[in-house]
Amino acid sequence: MLKVLKLKRKQNIIGWGFILPATILIFIFYFYPIIRALLISFQSGVGINLSYAGLINYRRLFVDSLFKGSLSNVFIFLILQVPLMLFLALIIASLLNDHKLKFRGFFRIAIFLPCATSLVAYALIFRSIFALDGFANILLMNLNLISSPINWIGQPWTARILIVLALTWRWTGYNMIFYLAGLQNINPTIYEAAKIDGANAWTRFTKITIPLLKPIILLTTIMSTNGTLQIFDETQILTNGGPANATLSLSQYIYRLSFEYSPRFGYAAAISYVIFLLVAILAFIQMKVGDRR
Amino acid sequence: MSRIIRATKYLFLSVIAFLSLFPFFWMLNSATNSSVDILTGTLLPGNHLGENYQTLLANTNLIQALWNSFRNAVVATIASLIVCSIAGYGFEIYHDRVKDRLMVILLLSMMVPFAVIMIPLFMMIGKANLMNTTTAFILPTISTAFLIFLFRQSTRGFPSEIIEAARIEGMGELGIFIKMYMPIMRSTYAAAAVITFMSAWNSYLWPLIIMQKEASKTMPLLIANLISGYVIDYGVLMLAVTISILPTVIIFLILQKNFAEGIITSIK
Repeated sequence: MLKVLKLKRKQNIIGWGFILPATILIFIFYFYPIIRALLISFQSGVGINLSYAGLINYRRLFVDSLFKGSLSNVFIFLILQVPLMLFLALIIASLLNDHKLKFRGFFRIAIFLPCATSLVAYALIFRSIFALDGFANILLMNLNLISSPINWIGQPWTARILIVLALTWRWTGYNMIFYLAGLQNINPTIYEAAKIDGANAWTRFTKITIPLLKPIILLTTIMSTNGTLQIFDETQILTNGGPANATLSLSQYIYRLSFEYSPRFGYAAAISYVIFLLVAILAFIQMKVGDRR
Repeated sequence: MSRIIRATKYLFLSVIAFLSLFPFFWMLNSATNSSVDILTGTLLPGNHLGENYQTLLANTNLIQALWNSFRNAVVATIASLIVCSIAGYGFEIYHDRVKDRLMVILLLSMMVPFAVIMIPLFMMIGKANLMNTTTAFILPTISTAFLIFLFRQSTRGFPSEIIEAARIEGMGELGIFIKMYMPIMRSTYAAAAVITFMSAWNSYLWPLIIMQKEASKTMPLLIANLISGYVIDYGVLMLAVTISILPTVIIFLILQKNFAEGIITSIK
């Protein structure tokens, strides 16, 4: 009996040994920086010469038009892009969930493939296609849909739409994979029964697929919201935050404040806490709403 | 009626698949054309591939950047797999109330936006004199809650009889992990490797901050730099983009099943 207890204790110590390196690294490189950023957000100064400044940085947020602008930009991306992409991914996944469908493997890989590209790389490809004298304009003009080229990255709303299109291209397949996995757990006889009862494809989609996939839809919504609030690479490469900061994102503004202008780490940290708060609040709301339905 | 629906289905999926693949075609095709031809909207392959390559080699540190990206990504992947797999195994096999709670706390780190920890991390790396190094590149990403969680979830399917039997035969706990667990969990390791390698290879913001020396620049930094001039040579740019995404696309095409399994483990 004593021997068993001793063995258990020994195993417990070894178990701690196994998890400790990873745990310590996460504490050093995630949790410590979070606290540090909070402290920095109450400091002000240039570069690393920081001194305590109370709530000055947070007060400044309310009068900074560039901050308010970038905040509304990410919300525009969020509201336009996340529902569009998730809806598209859901439709594609339910079409691909049909075992009788031909070329199923091809469709799946083709739609999933954009996930293999780096954000910088695909932003550059889109920038080339949607340049003023790029392929998109040539095509639209040859089809007589427009009479003169559209300056995609030169106008606020076309630039924003371009970001939304690019994001949708890159991430729809990624979300589709989650839905496909979820659909595999749904018993096909439910669909058969609904068919016999006369439910059409749309009714089956809204009354069976969506309710049963709800946890996964919730998860993908939280992930996409989280990602969009932090968007950096696309707005940096594709539109460079322009024109006139119409696509400037919060992460980009933080980057510029810290590493492009004379460094204002305190104020940048305060903005970063706004992103943190938004991520937490939106995830909380989404979980509440998701639970109720 | 049902034939029309079926045809619409195929048409819809074909259009989506076409839109997904067209940018890849555009990129490859542009890499073989001159900038002038590209701006006419040509969809035919050109004969400027060699020329574009020479220009790219002459104007950038292509080989150096490829090597930097490769080295950083490989070291990051190996380090992550070792640290996170042993932790995931530990959290499942030796689990008790304290360790389960700790896992939940670690999972919270997944919600932390990179923008929040970016400035403190930058200061830490600066203080430790690690700017421009592979160590600086990998340190914040070696241990991720996502990978630990992935290994913990996969360990649930690992038969405990194997562990018991090995213990009776007098095998040490670390020996069981290395000799029994690691070989059997090959597919989980493959999934974790694809995800880690791709995210390290593609990472942009972190190297943008810490890789300030020309000699330590990685591929994403190199291709992003090609648009900094007033005139963009699209042929050269698209060739550079092609080279930068080739490794991940190849890995993806070979291991896309593992990649898909890896990312959806979080919903099981």
